[in-house]
Amino acid sequence: MQAFDGLITLIVFLPVIGATVVAVAGREQMLVRRIALGAMILDLLLATYAWLSYNANGQITEQLGQYGSDPWIPGVNASYLLTIDGLSMPLVFLTALLGVVAVLGSWHVKERIREYHVWLLLLLTGVQGVFVAGDLLLFFLFWEVELVPMYFLIAMWGTGHREYSAMKFVLYTLFGSAFMLVGVLALRFAIGSFDMSAMTMAGQEDTLRVAFLGLDAIFLMFLAAFAIKLPVWPLHTWLPDAHTDAPTAVSVLLAGVLLKMGGYGLIRINVGMFPGEMEQWAPLLVILSVISVLYGAAVVFRQTDLKRLVAYSSVSHMGLVLLGVASLGAVSVTGAALQMFAHGTITGLLFLVVGIIYENARTRHIPDLGGLIARMPVVGAVFVFAGLASLGLPLLSGFAAELMVFLGSFDAYPWQTGFALLGIVLTAGYILWTVERVLLGPLKERWQSLKDASPADFVAMALLVLPIIIVGVYPALVADVFRDSVTLLVGGG
Amino acid sequence: MPTQIDAASLGIDFAHLAPEIILTLAAITVVLVDLIARDKRVLAWLSALSVAMAGGAAIWLWTSDASGASYSGIVITDLFGTMFKLIVLGGTLLAILFSPAYVERRLARFHGEYYGLLLLATVGMMLLVSMGELISIVLALEIQTFALVALIALLKDEKSTESALKFLLLNAVATAVMLYGMAILVGLTGTTFISDMPGVLAERIADGGVANNLALILAGVLIIVGFGFKISSVPFQMWVPPVYEGAPTPIVGYLSVASKSAGFAVLLRLFIVAFEEAGMDALDWPLLISGLAVASMTIGNVVAIIQTNIKRLLAYSTIAQAGYILIGVAVMGNGAPNVYELATSGVIFYLAAYTFSNLAAFGALIALSLPNGNDSIEELTGGFSRSPFAAVVLTVALVSLVGLPPTGLFVGKIYLFYGAVQGDLWWLALAGALNSFVSAYYYLRPVRRLWQPGGPTVAESDSHRSLSLRASMAVSLIGVIILGIVPFWLISRATEAAASFMP
Repeated sequence: MQAFDGLITLIVFLPVIGATVVAVAGREQMLVRRIALGAMILDLLLATYAWLSYNANGQITEQLGQYGSDPWIPGVNASYLLTIDGLSMPLVFLTALLGVVAVLGSWHVKERIREYHVWLLLLLTGVQGVFVAGDLLLFFLFWEVELVPMYFLIAMWGTGHREYSAMKFVLYTLFGSAFMLVGVLALRFAIGSFDMSAMTMAGQEDTLRVAFLGLDAIFLMFLAAFAIKLPVWPLHTWLPDAHTDAPTAVSVLLAGVLLKMGGYGLIRINVGMFPGEMEQWAPLLVILSVISVLYGAAVVFRQTDLKRLVAYSSVSHMGLVLLGVASLGAVSVTGAALQMFAHGTITGLLFLVVGIIYENARTRHIPDLGGLIARMPVVGAVFVFAGLASLGLPLLSGFAAELMVFLGSFDAYPWQTGFALLGIVLTAGYILWTVERVLLGPLKERWQSLKDASPADFVAMALLVLPIIIVGVYPALVADVFRDSVTLLVGGG
Repeated sequence: MPTQIDAASLGIDFAHLAPEIILTLAAITVVLVDLIARDKRVLAWLSALSVAMAGGAAIWLWTSDASGASYSGIVITDLFGTMFKLIVLGGTLLAILFSPAYVERRLARFHGEYYGLLLLATVGMMLLVSMGELISIVLALEIQTFALVALIALLKDEKSTESALKFLLLNAVATAVMLYGMAILVGLTGTTFISDMPGVLAERIADGGVANNLALILAGVLIIVGFGFKISSVPFQMWVPPVYEGAPTPIVGYLSVASKSAGFAVLLRLFIVAFEEAGMDALDWPLLISGLAVASMTIGNVVAIIQTNIKRLLAYSTIAQAGYILIGVAVMGNGAPNVYELATSGVIFYLAAYTFSNLAAFGALIALSLPNGNDSIEELTGGFSRSPFAAVVLTVALVSLVGLPPTGLFVGKIYLFYGAVQGDLWWLALAGALNSFVSAYYYLRPVRRLWQPGGPTVAESDSHRSLSLRASMAVSLIGVIILGIVPFWLISRATEAAASFMP
């Protein structure tokens, strides 16, 4: 199946088109939801089509403006270059999928839904763009595009200290990107254009030279930006705040795809373009990853807010991504990428379920909950399912991913991997304990009239349950695609 | 030493001054028409039309590639100057389109004076960017300054007059400092024509007299410091907050873009032509300007954080923005031609994008401000429900000022920062990027207020219904977005302009 020209552009900008239509024509609530849903379903179909085309023909590329002769931005020599390779393909699909889920999960939002959906769709374009950018300036542009929609979504439709959390999110990201920008410009200076494939090639052949600062410093500048986004302990503090105060659908996207931008950047740029420096810094990163895994899991036990609990579990799970990346083997990095995909669906599902519970019960305070499964059988069952997937039950996607990470990293860092394995035990502990406190036990008087999932919720949950099972049963479906590109980036190791 | 002027440049060439001549005539006409016109709105349209005509003349100068010196070498015509004239004229046109609603409301007695002075100030700025001789530069500066002082004071209330006085006094100090520097420069070179200076200066520097170099450094530093007033950078930034708070809002918008652009143009011309590489080396140019850039960015951004008045916030923002532009100026001392061209075109592009962004912000502020308001940030609450269009414009403008995509100043910042990286000043790029990070904090706060429901329930103004205001907001908005998405057209023109001006 040959992809048509403009396919990637359409995938990236379909949400913007949807946002424009919503802004212009969205006079009624249902109409707004339908337009947004339609745009994202179409996006998902296009992403599926792109995947089929990728499987048949490999990498898809689109370019407007040639480097050198006729660039998009003359003077700095940037081009509008989009590329879908094995590393981006599943993430593009994941973004489109979570986009559909996010629109469905926003059925609860009642306030100013026109603006809400405009921001939501613009956010999705920014994320898609990061995953497909083949030009480093374009990558940086999309990286920053996502900030303003995210700020609005949290600050306007969030709960609790939403303004504080929204600003914290923006400032943390911008602090990282200030450094990344210098790194981006330094690489441009070294290569002569913003062509990411040329940078990767130079990096792999060890011919990348930067006239100032040294490669180590440039490497660290990128690392700073990605480590904040991933997030890595001790740079993670924005995440629990942003997650807790964001509206449900935004939490789903934040956990599902925004964190993946950090992991994607680490693999694409830090591993791909700086293999030597990555090797040097890997031991430190492995230690940080183990701390993230254990710290995140340990802190979960002290949380009483259901959303904050899931947020800290995210820190723990994203630690495994860093562990896989820093171990630098083809298996471990593929595992890390697969973990990103799996975590996107599993934690997305967890946030969705928590959101549904919150919308119905109007509280996320765990001691107040209890016995909910009696009144919410479907939501309860999905909660249990997502929890089991999160703790790595075999035949669900989290298991395959974590197994690959651990197998891949064990050779290089046996002790550290051993410690990280403790995280699995902790995860099992807090998941089961949470399920018990929230779902089981006697049903409290005040929850007698609780309602179960609405049809929209049901579809949204089903959309995430399916990939968890499919990838769990047949991980090669996604892992093989990732491996194509990862093998090139880690130098065949 | 006799001034060397070739015969061709002695000629008087009206075509080269066509934009200025059109505007001068228009200024007089406006004042006269004010005496007889009953409907004062005709003055605004007349002014807008004349600015558009001057713009047409400038475009004609551009396309006919007119260049060279005229009027005994006093007037220099080149693409660089014409580009800056177009930026100034664009800013002026947008500011005039803002005005009718505001003038009607606050300055009803001064229609003719308002538009006449605005056009005269513009004449001063346009002359400024094409002058090749020190005395004429000072004269052009004064034409601009005195028109602006009157405009700032036009509200005639306490804040307005106070700020006009501050502007006048600080301008006098800054101009005195600059004149002192120029006097030393003339003493060193024996000429007031800047194109004659480099040869003499290079000789002096080559002679190696330390005393001469010291005098040169003193002259350079004093002139730069004096120009700090025009471009609202450190160390003459003190006038900016009170004037922004006190002056009529459209004038503030105008001042913030046109005056700044003209200031940068003359700064570049003077130093790159007169001082050239040798002189800039002696000044330690990159270090000196970097210092000013970092100080401006940091002071502007940090102090802006604690502002509660939106106009004062934008005042500190403009100080910070001057700092970003100075990054491009600092790089020019590097000497390499490609860096020089990159930096100059970067400054031009940034100023154009800044013109659109800042005027979009001020236009939206006029539309959103309350009749009895005091321009506090709180007052913006609920702006979206009062005037959705103005709220969108202000949001995009502030996002652009942070330097986030997809806006003109994002590309502008990339451009300037890349120039810094290529010009061996990577740390300056980092300082700029970190400053953008700080600025997000205060630029996003008013945006948040805008989109919040609620807000004042007092009788609202209907200024956002003014057609010309809406048109100018739309133009600014489109400008900000277009420059952010398809910047190549303007960048190519800016590069041509920079190349026309190669030393």
